[in-house]
Amino acid sequence: MRALLILLTTLWLALPAFAVNPDEMLSDPALEARARTISEGLRCLVCQNESIDDSDADLAHEIRVLVRQRLTAGDTDDQVRQYLVARYGEFVLLKPVFAWHTLILWVAAPGILVIGGVVLLVASRRRRALAAPAGELSPEEQRVLDELRGDQA
Amino acid sequence: MGIELGHFALILATAIAAVSAIAGLVAWRTSERVTLMLRQGAVLQLLLVAAAFAALIQAFVTSDFSLKLAYENSHSLQPLLFKITSVWGNHEGSMVLWVMILVGMGAAVALFGRNLPRELMTLVLAMQSTLVAAFGGFTIFTSNPFLRLDPAPLEGQGLNPILQDIGLAIHPPLLYTGYVGFSICFSFAVAALISGRIDAAWARWVRPWALLSWCFLTLGIAMGSYWAYYELGWGGWWFWDPVENASFMPWLAGTALLHSALVMEKRNALKIWTIFLSIITFSLSLLGTFMVRSGVLTSVHSFAVDPTRGLVILALLAVFIGGAFTLFAFRASTLRLGGLFAPISREGALILNNLFLATAAVAVLVGTLYPLILEGLTGKTISVGAPFFSLTFGVVMAPLLIVLPFGPFLAWKRGDLVAVTQRLAGAAGATIFATILIFALTGASISLAPLGLLLGFWVAFGAVAELVDRAGFFRMAPGQSLRRLAGLPRAAFSTAIAHFGLGMSVIGIVAASAWSLELITTMEPGTTKAIGDYTLHFTGIKDVNAENYVAQVGDFTVTKPGEADRRMTPERRVYTASGTPTTESAIETYGFSQLYLQLGEKSADGSQVVRAWYKPYVTLIWLGAIVMAFAGFLSLTDRRLRVGVPKRAVAKPAPAE
Repeated sequence: MRALLILLTTLWLALPAFAVNPDEMLSDPALEARARTISEGLRCLVCQNESIDDSDADLAHEIRVLVRQRLTAGDTDDQVRQYLVARYGEFVLLKPVFAWHTLILWVAAPGILVIGGVVLLVASRRRRALAAPAGELSPEEQRVLDELRGDQA
Repeated sequence: MGIELGHFALILATAIAAVSAIAGLVAWRTSERVTLMLRQGAVLQLLLVAAAFAALIQAFVTSDFSLKLAYENSHSLQPLLFKITSVWGNHEGSMVLWVMILVGMGAAVALFGRNLPRELMTLVLAMQSTLVAAFGGFTIFTSNPFLRLDPAPLEGQGLNPILQDIGLAIHPPLLYTGYVGFSICFSFAVAALISGRIDAAWARWVRPWALLSWCFLTLGIAMGSYWAYYELGWGGWWFWDPVENASFMPWLAGTALLHSALVMEKRNALKIWTIFLSIITFSLSLLGTFMVRSGVLTSVHSFAVDPTRGLVILALLAVFIGGAFTLFAFRASTLRLGGLFAPISREGALILNNLFLATAAVAVLVGTLYPLILEGLTGKTISVGAPFFSLTFGVVMAPLLIVLPFGPFLAWKRGDLVAVTQRLAGAAGATIFATILIFALTGASISLAPLGLLLGFWVAFGAVAELVDRAGFFRMAPGQSLRRLAGLPRAAFSTAIAHFGLGMSVIGIVAASAWSLELITTMEPGTTKAIGDYTLHFTGIKDVNAENYVAQVGDFTVTKPGEADRRMTPERRVYTASGTPTTESAIETYGFSQLYLQLGEKSADGSQVVRAWYKPYVTLIWLGAIVMAFAGFLSLTDRRLRVGVPKRAVAKPAPAE
């Protein structure tokens, strides 16, 4: 589907270089793995909607290097993210924080699920209440039924 | 000359549509001649729009650069296929394709919907014509593809190189057929609301069209995903980009529609909801069109187009969706409750399916629009990307997949959950066994992968169990079971096959995400590197001059124990017409898994940057989608669902399965 986007785009710049370069990578595999995980959640600010891990823009390269510098300096993952948010704003996070201004975003789907579930439960109760009389026959109905059955036999 | 004829044909088609719309809406109740006129008009619209489209193709193929669109998007050196696909590889041309699908669906109803009651047929065609008039007018007035240049340039600017791919020939037509195909369900819904006849028969008439659109949309999305996977090249196959979401939301709603229409058809229940879904599915298609066309998105791909286009689409959106829902509000209260059923029943299961699919659609919709709305209201900018969608979407999908296999086993009206659980015990056992086996073989890791795999196998084996159970294997002689299996209606097979396909996709997604291997390195010619069981030998690089680009082609040999050596040749190209560089990845398929190779830049020291991925079982993602679409087409051939099914069968509800 990304392809559709491209199709609809005339300003797309296809850039041949790709994402993480070997010369950026840290020699410590554990640290590098952490850098990659963090990078996947950071937005390349100039190319938009791409993580810095996937982007080949210069800025993405700079942030990748920055992330690795902070990690090497001993920051925790959260400290690295906070550092970048302080520097570039919340826009840099691909997974928005949970706060008042993102409340609707986070609760919309669970909310719909819960409300929908409750509505369905209520509706099903009501249906059952409507259907209940059909379950037991009045003596009159039972008599008629017995008569009919008697006829068949 | 051809261009002017095409231009005229498009205008004429739009005019006919406008006349049809008015005549149909005014005289649907009384006049038989109007019905005939609308049917003929629908076919005529298709012929005319097809002629307009053919005129564009003709101009592109002959490299007639006096046509502005051809000048901007084509080049005389492009291979023939890409000259043709250039027609819809841009805004104006793709709008003509959009309109062509609209008129195509209208003509199909006019030609094959002979069993429809006259009033319904008239209203459906009138509504469809209204859409054609609106979007034909939009195309002519804001996005006219037939404009000329004088003097004509000698050479065109060429198609965007990244679009010069077979994917452009397949993906947009499939996707549009699905996406815009749901317009006919919208027209059916509005027609039902106007006429007031909303019953099981309506669901029976609309379901084949919904199914047809759904099949194409499924294929279109899968094809687009695969195209992005091999063309954009870091091994990603779904990006939760707003424009991807724009086509995914109608798919989720359309899938819900297929299931709820089933309840409406068999049990005359869920009527309000089914009508609502018919409207909402196409509304989401329209919303997607608006998002893509208006440039409102902060997406890589949105282009800052002329804002009038965005405003016109927004106005059309408001009129169609607003109008439909106003009508809906008037009629919904008059609809009576349909057939009664217990919560544990086929109906109940299908409602649960709809609850989860609707929630998933809402999750995607909110995630896509929220940043735009927030920015508009408060000026705050946030990003909503893949990590958000994977989380929310996954949380909604997991329970759906858990309950899915129970659905087809439950009886209509009142089901027996205990008995169904017993009948699914075999599938559950096989699921757990397969998952444990895989973890024993691959080495367990701490992640959600085992849960994902469990779900995938559970859905797939559950689908097999359904067929096994229906045929009565293990309960009667094998020969008898086989005969029973052969005698099952095609719809039964298509349900099981579609669910099996979904299971395949889930397994592919989990496996390719959890066990993917990556190698990012530099290599000198003549050296060797390993990724998993695969050994890459880098032979060297050579320069190649092709028809419309020059390329550096890397030459690699891949060795794997027990397999013949294979050559892989990833490329870096520069297109001569535009000077645009692209990369062409090389992909080799081993069983269901793939090795993916990308040629990077030359390092400062002269070695070559190489990126390689091993994607286990990744092809199952798309094969699963193809299986799902196949199941849909199979279901369309079921005698009971056939579009031209005789009236008698329509009047009498089919026996519950």
